Amino acid sequence: MQYIDPHIHMISRVTDDYHRMAQCGCVAVSEPAFWAGFDRGSVEGFRDYFRHLVEVEPKRAAQFGIKHFSWLCINAKEAENVSLSRDVIAMIPEFLQRPNVLGIGEIGLNKNTRNEAIIFQEHMDLAAKTNELILIHTPHLEDKYKGTRMIVDMLKNDSRVKPHRVCVDHVEEHTVRLALDNGFWCGMTLYPTTKCTPARAVDIIEMVGTDRIMANSAGDWGKSDPLAVPELVLEMRRRGHPESAIRKVVFENPIEFFRQSSRWQEPFSLLNLSK
Amino acid sequence: MHPKIQAVSAPKVLEQNFLEARCKLLDIAAILDRMSRGDSMDVVRKDARTARILEALKILQGDSPSKAEQIQKLFSLPYDTNWEIPAPRY
Repeated sequence: MQYIDPHIHMISRVTDDYHRMAQCGCVAVSEPAFWAGFDRGSVEGFRDYFRHLVEVEPKRAAQFGIKHFSWLCINAKEAENVSLSRDVIAMIPEFLQRPNVLGIGEIGLNKNTRNEAIIFQEHMDLAAKTNELILIHTPHLEDKYKGTRMIVDMLKNDSRVKPHRVCVDHVEEHTVRLALDNGFWCGMTLYPTTKCTPARAVDIIEMVGTDRIMANSAGDWGKSDPLAVPELVLEMRRRGHPESAIRKVVFENPIEFFRQSSRWQEPFSLLNLSK
Repeated sequence: MHPKIQAVSAPKVLEQNFLEARCKLLDIAAILDRMSRGDSMDVVRKDARTARILEALKILQGDSPSKAEQIQKLFSLPYDTNWEIPAPRY
């Protein structure tokens, strides 16, 4: 089955991962800007990172017939440095017209601090000014519920935000309805220990349905599986769910969300399908 | 509207997942045993994380159809409705 991984950090993965993902049916990925494992020291470090996202990865993915898209921001872990964050946000527009950029992300909260909230709001200001889609990281583990509530508060407090143009990512059992019931898209991240297993993600789909929900591997430099989305496909098949429902979650939903970006390009395999 | 998909029948879930559930329960039992074999068990008994694990085990014995959500909330920090939301600019 063709699928899209809507959240994966390919900068941290080897080329063989692209190969195996293509073998499993991956036709497109989207790569949000994230924390490199260390705090970067200057805006130039981010400029080089963004060049990697908009120039290097699309070429690497294309070798395997995979379309590569990206999102730009300074992540929440580095938002404690407000001065650097503001410099990076001011630099982002240099890259917004690159052909593979889908919007602003993954912005969000990490430890739910005041500075993180301020920089989150300033990213939303940029997205509103430039009419970009927004991809949101919600915090990990014990910080997730509180952080997701705070993020939803900020989104609802900003009258410029159109919920159907926002994806709240890394939802789990206790946060999925906060996203869906307020009109946002949501993503479930399939991680071995700290987020959703494929089985729990399918449980969530059984509880909330297949509208406005996606699944991703969030594969990165940590313990993660770039083939996690095909694992979800197998789990849904094992439970006897219809192919149409599986396809909607792993293929049609990401396309429906991404098509709202003016820079979305149909993967080659979709060119003959009606919009 | 969220189009629903049919959940698997309860007997089939039991059939498919019994061994997995047994395995995970044994893992938890073994972790608790491992702690009690080590020294400084009194420190662990006072640790709030231990209390949460034991509280989670009580949730498993209840009748709620949303045990996973309840356990997620048990392991979550409290949310303050009165936190100061930054103002949008422009």
